Amino acid sequence: MVALDGFRRENGRVGVRNHVVILPVDDLSNAACQTVAAQVPGSLPLPHAYGRLQYGDDLDLFFRTMIGTGANPNVAAAIVIGIEPNWTARIAEGIAATGKPVQAFSIEGKGDLEVVRQASHAAQRLMQHASELRREPVELGELTVSIKCGESDTTTGLGSCPTVGVVVDQLVEAGATVFFGETPELTGGEHLIAERCATPELRARFTELYRRYVDGIESHGADLFGSQPTQGNIAGGLSTIEEKALGNIEKTGSKPVIGVLEPAEAPGNGAGLYFMDSSSAAAEHITLMCAGGAVLHIFPTGQGNVIGNPVEPVVKLTANPHTAATMVEHVDLDVSGLLRRELTLDRAGEQLLELVGRTANGRLTCAETLGHREFVLTRLYPSA
Amino acid sequence: MEHRFLIHRRGDHVGVAVADIDQGERVVGIYMDDDSSIEVAALDAVPLGHKIAVAAVAAEAAVLEYGIQIGTAPTGFAQGAHVHTHNIKSARW
Repeated sequence: MVALDGFRRENGRVGVRNHVVILPVDDLSNAACQTVAAQVPGSLPLPHAYGRLQYGDDLDLFFRTMIGTGANPNVAAAIVIGIEPNWTARIAEGIAATGKPVQAFSIEGKGDLEVVRQASHAAQRLMQHASELRREPVELGELTVSIKCGESDTTTGLGSCPTVGVVVDQLVEAGATVFFGETPELTGGEHLIAERCATPELRARFTELYRRYVDGIESHGADLFGSQPTQGNIAGGLSTIEEKALGNIEKTGSKPVIGVLEPAEAPGNGAGLYFMDSSSAAAEHITLMCAGGAVLHIFPTGQGNVIGNPVEPVVKLTANPHTAATMVEHVDLDVSGLLRRELTLDRAGEQLLELVGRTANGRLTCAETLGHREFVLTRLYPSA
Repeated sequence: MEHRFLIHRRGDHVGVAVADIDQGERVVGIYMDDDSSIEVAALDAVPLGHKIAVAAVAAEAAVLEYGIQIGTAPTGFAQGAHVHTHNIKSARW
């Protein structure tokens, strides 16, 4: 395992990237944010489609996601731009509670051009601030890591997910925090997760969140075949949701589940393995986990998902030899030797942990080099 | 003979092809839990990543992989059959 150097933030949390984010509160403010980012190259705009006329639990999730994204330890500083001042201030203040520099701007009464002028000056100063922050030695156990697989096939359950399971166990043993989720995609193996919950209370909470999600899906009365498992899953040989779930669960390793989180919720029970209620759609899932504080994501794929995230680097691995050969620019680690039994699971785990360390130290992932910045908010309700 | 498919657990009804298998081929699979092997005659072509039956399953019976039920076989299938969405269905949705 390589020695790790990360960015220790004002609140003591450790990041592995050093972004200055330009965060729109709402869809209307995307244009101003993108213009600011164009004026100040290297700053990171995070355009999205929502932030208006949301309410109740959906609004709470929205604020949790936006504040959590800005508060993520991979973010050095944030600019927040919204159409009006109140929700803008709420998000900016939530991020500023970490101690990092945050500046907020609202558009009503000034217009885009004046806000772009002011925010561009602020972004320039924050970029200069971030450029003087230095990496320092950190421990593996100080990282928060998220996991999720995508465009899975049967090679995921045979090779890439078990490899991740080895590393998840090692991360937890080192004192790190790991998030997994994909609530509906546990179907057929949900009992395996319930059995690993550390207390009866956590088991009851997990079961409640699982039922809530799956009942919600089933309430629509739709035929899920072709959606879950996906068309790609089926092409890759997965036949049922149960088969997909059992492969998926391989990547969670063997440690107890010490916490059950709402979507985008930060962990509150110390280091260890957490379940986070979340969609199985890759971009939504990683956005939620990043907002919960994950600084690095490990992504096993079978048929070749190309996902990235703007704030947390996404390390991809595959055990499918066709995918490793035909989608080489998306695959950070090829573990297809597991299928040929030329590679042992322990050795594959060592290779992955080594790559996690190098990525934490600043090595760009395939997704980062290709500009994959999928930032996708999860919605619970239609707008009011 | 080099293995062409892998089986997660002893007692599973299906293995996963790790190379394309032609119809009529005799192919060897390895059980990942104890490294033992089994030889099966492929009744159908089975592409890499798709499942081959290592045991016959009766109509409407449960199909096991990972030692756990992954669905049911509406019409059943024989050893060596390609097992996929045409002969296995989710028991959940």
